[in-house]
Amino acid sequence: MASSDLLSAPAAVSSPTRVNDFSIQVATVNGSGSQTANLVLLRSIFQMGVPVSGKNLFPSNIAGLPTWYTIRANRHGYIARKKEIDFLVAMNPETAREDVLSLEPGCSVVYDETLKLEQLRTDLQFFPVPFDKIVAEVCPDARLRRLVRNMIYDGVLARLLSIDLAEMDTALTRMMKKKAKALALNLAALQAGFAYASEHFADQPVPLRVERMAETQGLILIEGNAAAALGCLMAGVTVVAWYPITPSSSLCETLIDYLRKYRMDPETGKATFAVVQAEDEIAALGMVVGASWAGARSMTSTSGPGISLMGEFTGLAYYAELPAVIFDVQRVGPSTGLPTRTAQGDIAFAAGLSHGDTKHILLLPSSVSECYTMAVDAFDLAERFQTPIFVMMDLDLGMNTWMAEPFPYPEAPLDRGKVLTPETLQAIGEWGRYKDVDGDGIPYRSLPGQFGPSFFTRGSGHNAKAQYSERTDDYTDNIDRLLRKFNTARGVVPQPEIDLRADAKVGLIAYGTSHWAIVESRDQLRAELGLETSYLRLRAFPFTRDLGAFIDAHDCVYVVEQNRDGQMLGLMRQELSGPRISKLRSVRHYNGLPIDARSITEDIRAHESRKALPPETSPEDAIVGAEEAV
Amino acid sequence: MSTPAVPTPPKKVNRINLEPAVYRGAKTTLCAGCGHNAISERIIDAFYEMGVEPTRVLKLSGIGCSSKSPAYFMSTAHGFNSVHGRMPSVATGALMANKTMLGIGVSGDGDTGAIGIGQFVHLMRRNLPLIYIVEDNGCYGLTKGQFSPTADLGSTLKNGVVNDLPPIDICALAIELGATFVARSFSGDKKQLLSILKAAISHKGTCMIDVISPCVTFNDHEGSTKSYAYAKDHDEPVNEISFVPFFEDISIEYEEGSATPVRMHDGSTLVLRKLESSHNTTDKVEAIRSLHETVRRGEFATGIIYLQPDSTDFLSLLNLVDEPLATLPEARTRPGKAVLDEIMDRHR
Repeated sequence: MASSDLLSAPAAVSSPTRVNDFSIQVATVNGSGSQTANLVLLRSIFQMGVPVSGKNLFPSNIAGLPTWYTIRANRHGYIARKKEIDFLVAMNPETAREDVLSLEPGCSVVYDETLKLEQLRTDLQFFPVPFDKIVAEVCPDARLRRLVRNMIYDGVLARLLSIDLAEMDTALTRMMKKKAKALALNLAALQAGFAYASEHFADQPVPLRVERMAETQGLILIEGNAAAALGCLMAGVTVVAWYPITPSSSLCETLIDYLRKYRMDPETGKATFAVVQAEDEIAALGMVVGASWAGARSMTSTSGPGISLMGEFTGLAYYAELPAVIFDVQRVGPSTGLPTRTAQGDIAFAAGLSHGDTKHILLLPSSVSECYTMAVDAFDLAERFQTPIFVMMDLDLGMNTWMAEPFPYPEAPLDRGKVLTPETLQAIGEWGRYKDVDGDGIPYRSLPGQFGPSFFTRGSGHNAKAQYSERTDDYTDNIDRLLRKFNTARGVVPQPEIDLRADAKVGLIAYGTSHWAIVESRDQLRAELGLETSYLRLRAFPFTRDLGAFIDAHDCVYVVEQNRDGQMLGLMRQELSGPRISKLRSVRHYNGLPIDARSITEDIRAHESRKALPPETSPEDAIVGAEEAV
Repeated sequence: MSTPAVPTPPKKVNRINLEPAVYRGAKTTLCAGCGHNAISERIIDAFYEMGVEPTRVLKLSGIGCSSKSPAYFMSTAHGFNSVHGRMPSVATGALMANKTMLGIGVSGDGDTGAIGIGQFVHLMRRNLPLIYIVEDNGCYGLTKGQFSPTADLGSTLKNGVVNDLPPIDICALAIELGATFVARSFSGDKKQLLSILKAAISHKGTCMIDVISPCVTFNDHEGSTKSYAYAKDHDEPVNEISFVPFFEDISIEYEEGSATPVRMHDGSTLVLRKLESSHNTTDKVEAIRSLHETVRRGEFATGIIYLQPDSTDFLSLLNLVDEPLATLPEARTRPGKAVLDEIMDRHR
């Protein structure tokens, strides 16, 4: 057999074609206009009814550094990040070599022919494309070529992966409907890419294919930040104060767009909202707190560094009992950290933010739908409990595009909480701003310029009548009542979602975006280890009774999260009894990439195999940090 | 049978029929003789005389001796003693939530010039309608007398420590940053301070009022430039202020060229008689120049130093509906289902 025969028949080509189950990675240079091409690719697969997710791995940079966009199509509906890449589009000369070398054998690679990547390996399927030549033909204006060049790979992929070109056409038209000239150029590039692939690659079938399904019918595609902004709009927010920070900026920016469009008074043309870009996050939360003191529904959104600055005002709002809604779109810290990568690293910090004894309500959305519903809930909870509410999103959820059912219109009216009215004042008799009338720890408040007696709001010690006090009993009465209020919240915050399997001895606990990897990992554990698992998805802190009952029902419970120290498990250790704590095992993922199912499965596989060892040889791995702590 | 009525003297009330007592606050816990107490008294007088309804007032402060003062005037107004140096942001939020309220913030020289300089800068820049008083004694009282950033170069602490850094002139800074009403006074000058406060109530925009307010416990000794004695000797008024509120029909006579009559936002009239011949209150550059020149002479200028009566304030820029945002009903803040459907369709 001649050596050329070996080259022409790599292993991948003979493997069976995988339908609707692969991931595509597009490696480009930041700022090169690849976003449109990537979204068209994502959307066209979505339009063909195939479950899909898109994850943008981008640098902290305006232009010039490498960026990767990964699209996963999966007929089973798995939309978590998948570690393995099946199809690479190598557009960045700087990373192309490493991108190609890191692929598994059998993968396909589309690339600019000048990069000569085919020389690097013999176990991949290579598709060299003369991008510059093609773009010169479709785009006479040399200045515009950079902007349409990327659309060529969409056309090539449409041909190689059997993506309907008409769907790409639709997706592109939808994105560029107001820019006729740009649309025409991009459509031409798309078609040229398709034609090139038809002409040159027809005899090189790729073992990956998109086929129409009906799994995405009626669904929407949206980013978490836009979903949260929509929740704020529907919650009737009136004061917004923010400071730009990745990855949360697009939350307030989208909200501003919505407010300008939908919240101008139809009669007067005036705004029913106020937005300020503050001088920093301290001022942003100060404005939110000032506004809520005066009775407005107010919010801010930020990320970890902003949360750090908000510590003092958060403590004030907790102790003086003022509503605030704070979105934390988490990124990798500490300090500047990896500002464009994802994490669940602010959980412990936010839960107890401020000096002194504080505990805050955290909402834990795992989907764009929950970004929306929990945004609405957050305003109600903030006013009901007169306290800051943190909505703990992350970069993966906030900035990436996700599928969802269309969001429901909120059914319940706004809950403005216990605001003093003539009727309540009469019922209460002797009113005190911090008096627990109803036994739930939540007092009644009066608002400046509105009905009821005035009082002096302060962060210094105060008694039930809001008078300055340094008396020890006034202090403890008040701080204990705040704890009572926190306990009341247990029954009101979003309750966990529990999938209890009668035959499962192992339980999984996760929250936020880890959910999507858990769904897939549970199937892997069942298929590969024969391990049936129950699953509890936390949706809020404080924890509810369900958590203890769930742990009791299992021999061993894995707490999966995206931080180094097992922060949620740490909160559980504060709230749970010893026997329950001893059942908890920590599974952590913290490299800045969204958690994937394979990492969870392998970690649990390792834990489970150690369990099989005799107890005396089993390493002490029960609790994060246990080795260091004792 | 009825007892004959005992004639009672008519109660003293203001134009909205409120007695002076309504404008009083809790008993002060500051030191006897503290300048801040005199300032609280002038605030009480000004709001009484202008006939402002106290329940329409928001009192705000940061942290420090100065920031305790809002408890000592207008008890029926809502008050907010917030965090150190961050009162401007709280005031901004509160006034956005309810633009129909009148805001008065009390800060100190540390609360403004040190920890709060960032928020001070942006408050001045935004021209939020707020009376912002700096009770300025050049030191930190509650922590026992350390220098603050307004302490003059070469002034001394009680224990002899010399301040070797230049002071921040918060009036010059405020003018530079865009404040539209900048004044300085002395807590011991009842007449001038009262006139300034009344004029401030009539202004729409940020009123930055720096009031030299001696600390009797830590900064009233020889070697201090914020003592009662020093202030009395070096106070150099740039103008004499006559203020006629919109509801009083009094005309003020003045010589052409020697005075600047200014019509305030609410219709009141302010006549500033020049004492410092080169001072021009409505010219930004001239106002800053005269501040610098007074400093060079070893004096401090008082009076209304800079005024721009017709500026656009921050709340007007926001183009808000007439009603307070805080009281808008759900029907006006939650869009209907059609809006949600429209947005959902765009994402399909």
